[in-house]
Amino acid sequence: MAQVTLTGITKQFGDFTAVRDLSMEIEDGKFTVLVGPSGCGKTTTLRMVAGLEEATDGEIRIGERVVNKVPPKDRDIAMVFQNYALYPHMDVYNNMAFGLKLRKTPKAEISKRVHDAAELLGIEEKLKSKPRELSGGQRQRVAVGRAIVRNPKVFLFDEPLSNLDAKLRVQMRTELEQLHHTLQTTTIYVTHDQVEAMTLGDRIAVMKDGVIQQYASPKETYDHPTNQFVAGFIGSPAMNFLPATATIEGADILLTSPPSFAIRVPAETVPLDLPSDVLVGIRPEDLDGPVTEEENTIQTHVVVLEQLGHTLLVYGYVGDTQIVASLDPHRDVELDTVIRLSVNLRTLHAFDPETRQTLI
Amino acid sequence: MNLRKTVARTPLHLAILFFVGIWFIPTLGLLITSFRDPSNVAGSGWWTVFPRLFSGGQFSLQNYVGVLRDQGLGLAFRNSLFISIPATAISTFIASFAAFGFAWMRFSGRRVLFMMVVGLMVIPLQMTFIPVLPIYSKLGLAGTFPGIWLAHTAYGLPLTTYLVHNFMAGIPKDLFDSAAIDGASPFKTFSRIVMPISVPALASVFIFQFLWIWNDLIVGLVYLGALPDVAPLTVSIANLVTNRGQDWELLTAAAFVSMALPLAVFFGLQRYFVRGILAGSVKG
Repeated sequence: MAQVTLTGITKQFGDFTAVRDLSMEIEDGKFTVLVGPSGCGKTTTLRMVAGLEEATDGEIRIGERVVNKVPPKDRDIAMVFQNYALYPHMDVYNNMAFGLKLRKTPKAEISKRVHDAAELLGIEEKLKSKPRELSGGQRQRVAVGRAIVRNPKVFLFDEPLSNLDAKLRVQMRTELEQLHHTLQTTTIYVTHDQVEAMTLGDRIAVMKDGVIQQYASPKETYDHPTNQFVAGFIGSPAMNFLPATATIEGADILLTSPPSFAIRVPAETVPLDLPSDVLVGIRPEDLDGPVTEEENTIQTHVVVLEQLGHTLLVYGYVGDTQIVASLDPHRDVELDTVIRLSVNLRTLHAFDPETRQTLI
Repeated sequence: MNLRKTVARTPLHLAILFFVGIWFIPTLGLLITSFRDPSNVAGSGWWTVFPRLFSGGQFSLQNYVGVLRDQGLGLAFRNSLFISIPATAISTFIASFAAFGFAWMRFSGRRVLFMMVVGLMVIPLQMTFIPVLPIYSKLGLAGTFPGIWLAHTAYGLPLTTYLVHNFMAGIPKDLFDSAAIDGASPFKTFSRIVMPISVPALASVFIFQFLWIWNDLIVGLVYLGALPDVAPLTVSIANLVTNRGQDWELLTAAAFVSMALPLAVFFGLQRYFVRGILAGSVKG
């Protein structure tokens, strides 16, 4: 096992900069998730750690060793690909054993490791099958098994679950969690799915345009996003952003957007140097109602209702901005009416509309 | 729905039947004639056998014995095998290496080189005879088997390389990344992963190339000449047409001798045309 340290990593493809001056430290034995929309540079970053792409600039360390010039096979890593990348002409056993055979591992040792991994993943029955005879979930297990038998210092996962159907994805996600708990190997995991990122990661790095926006624990990114992008990316449904005017009134700060809302926040909880225009950020789950009082509530015109059983999603308009609220499923809300929703002040966010940085 | 499908496909089926018919009927004529008595062949058409098809006495193997032994087609058949198999194997072998390099290895000038190789397909091979033959004579390659292997390999490589390249370029990139991480060198990647996956493509290229060489007349005639020791079937049959042009029963038997192997090769290897071994490596 080893920690992975990236220092000032840049990757350019011609004129396009895929990753820009990226630095991060992945702690030994931790599960780190790189998450972001497509084209944010997360897969490129992973491939640079794997050695499949060469960094244009910067330094990659695995353990104490600088590996920039080390070929993939000597980096002591194993990678699981989105498309599984199983060798179609080999059976499951040989798929898993291939890397070990190339390394001239003794036969008995190979057999032991493959059988151990197959047992761990519940695919002992399938060792003689060809990949095409397996289901999607089984293929993914084989791909994971192929990584496990190598007993590497670092596991790299490139969107391994995105080809599975929804139910299987949740199941495999849990299995990967358990697997990491058992093996305790340093893991870097790339996904565009923020739920996967939140559930799997010890720490998650939210990326956009080749730059890490925030690198913190899942809870931290959810509770204290560093900017509007992270706030909107983490959490489902996404956070609502409402333009408002900030004014100081006595000991409080007033965030207003007449006639829809006026929110009073005690000044001691927020910095006083707010710009006059701000974007108020409220998570759907931090809205509640409908209520009758006007203080610290938002008025909205309901346009769509989605009853999900465990929650009721209410879509409405505040001025021209669409918002969504996640309410108790038993609440009584009528379509095409105007209602008021109370705001949880303790989890209220505000962003600078210019710099998109977090203010509150 | 099914009825509409059937109706919509009827013209297609009729067209296919038509073409099968215009190929099959003369071939059937050849086959029947080749088994008939020389006197019968001269006296009546091959279709006259049908009314007494099972009465016996109409057919014999005499014509085949005649062409294979007396006309030396047995030797020519052996020569054709001796030309076609090595020449096909060599060009398929080289093409698979070249195709892998062009498809998956990074080196400067790769695109230009590949376009040049593919561009060679447009050069008519007849144009090469005059410059190449003197070289063959000087090197003593004219009239030898290695000489014709070399010629067929050279003429075949642009197309075979192109076809194998197209297949190999379609192998998912993840497999190569995976092999690199597993520790496979480029040669190991080629021999342990790319070649086994490419078997169907290589088989179909092998079949095409084999049939082309088997049926070739001009390259054989130019580089080998008509010496019975080395002449392939096509050259010998051409001679037979010149020498025994009236003896239809011999010509038809000879034609069937030359058709036998291509048919066997096609039926033996045709499953490679339809089987997609790639199914299962990547989510379908």
